[in-house]
Amino acid sequence: MSKLVSAQTGNEAMAYAMKQVNPDVVAAYPITPATEIVQIFAQYVADGDVKTEFVAVESEHSAMSACIGSAAAGARTMTGTSSQGLALMYEMCYIAAGLRLPIVMADVNRALSAPINIHCDHSDTMGMRDAGWIHLFSENAQEAYDNMIQAVRIAEHADVQLPTLVTTDGFIISHGMENVEHLADERVQKFIGEYQPQYSILNVGKPITVGALNLQDYYFEHRRALADAQAAALPVIKQIGEEFGKESGRAYGLVEGYQLDDAEYAVVALGSTCGTAKVVIDSLRAKGEKAGLLKIRSFRPFPKDEVVQALKKVKFAAVLDRSDTLGGYGGPVFTEVRSALYGEASKPPVAGFIYGLGGREIDMEMIEELFRLMKSGEVKPDSVQYLGVRE
Amino acid sequence: MSRLKNYRELCLGGNIEKGGSADEFKTGDWRTLKPVYHPENCIQCLFCWAYCPDSAVVLKDGQVTGFDLDHCKGCGICAHECPGKKKVKAITMEEEVR
Ligand code: SF4
Ligand code: SF4
Repeated sequence: MSKLVSAQTGNEAMAYAMKQVNPDVVAAYPITPATEIVQIFAQYVADGDVKTEFVAVESEHSAMSACIGSAAAGARTMTGTSSQGLALMYEMCYIAAGLRLPIVMADVNRALSAPINIHCDHSDTMGMRDAGWIHLFSENAQEAYDNMIQAVRIAEHADVQLPTLVTTDGFIISHGMENVEHLADERVQKFIGEYQPQYSILNVGKPITVGALNLQDYYFEHRRALADAQAAALPVIKQIGEEFGKESGRAYGLVEGYQLDDAEYAVVALGSTCGTAKVVIDSLRAKGEKAGLLKIRSFRPFPKDEVVQALKKVKFAAVLDRSDTLGGYGGPVFTEVRSALYGEASKPPVAGFIYGLGGREIDMEMIEELFRLMKSGEVKPDSVQYLGVRE
Repeated sequence: MSRLKNYRELCLGGNIEKGGSADEFKTGDWRTLKPVYHPENCIQCLFCWAYCPDSAVVLKDGQVTGFDLDHCKGCGICAHECPGKKKVKAITMEEEVR
């Protein structure tokens, strides 16, 4: 079969994936740089290309609220947002996870105000890293497309039943045009299958109460079950990534190692920076340097064992964070990675680098410099520093 | 009291597999004021029934008969909305004595 390839931005690729998923309901409110996703999708609705009920709401809080109602009714439900919009959803996002509603969200990562900024960093989704959602990061538009399709399966999987968000880096991926290979519509439909919700508030034959009060007697057990569902998602994400590979030729895991097997020095990163790092690693490898990359695709659930395994043999790892914990010790990726490694008998020293806030450029020279610093021993193990800020 | 379930035994997302379960959760003890019904002033307009946020106004054959004090939280909305007869309220709020 000939390949279906078209030039698309990350936003177009995500909207296209949503079109092929053809969800029952999309409720969304526009926000830069994610506006196009819902705008393009609304056009699909207007043109009759999808059967989706599109709910144009008055805010992101309402968007997520409508998604919750829709998902509780047993409808396959999607949305898209970014930054302040996601922050306005936070309250409802925790509820979506607690009620175990498999909503799929496209989030274009953008900095949070203040100061106001529309460019990429990961603060918005990191702000809800503990909300119970699955977080899948994309390196480019192709991965954004692939992740959106897989997210539907992951979210709805019987062992998981959790809302899932797929991110792209604001403007870098969302507005950057690339070749994106698609699956044919019918193959997407076959891959995701028909959604069989366990419960529906519209099923009058089997009435349920949704959102009941839980006090000291039961709240803890329900949160414990939520933690279990996150853990159960680890093998599910892997299995669906492999299945997707058979379907498309592009297999996915929880993490991706690039030139990591024999690497002496590694960077650990999320999102589009991984693409930049790969180019740097290729050029370092050409000079005989053993440089590698650990890309984390699934940030929630955090694949502790895979991370430990992948970094076991490196001499030093630099962990890159495109968000800050402000008062914590290092960015969220650094704290996770360092915590994962802590109990290991043999582990590499790690250092944290916070970079790229508000869309500040990270270029090849900066990543090359990180490798140089690790090799020369100029980076102190366990140190946390800011990369690319005027000091 | 029956044994409390462990986390593996619970319904997904805290769902309860029946409707109307709020009926079993008594909220009446939150009250500091309670509504008192004076049938002689009642014109059966049902405003109280329509406005009560807790479905605590009890009707029989479409007529107000009183309040479900297991669920009434004493907000006073019924008394506020009640037009009564000749400006004399059919519902007044009185201090709860326990
Ligand atoms: S006081 Fe409030 S809760 Fe009680 S019956 Fe009147 S309206 Fe309902
Ligand atoms: S609002 Fe007052 S007058 Fe109307 S039905 Fe209720 S008690 Fe009677």
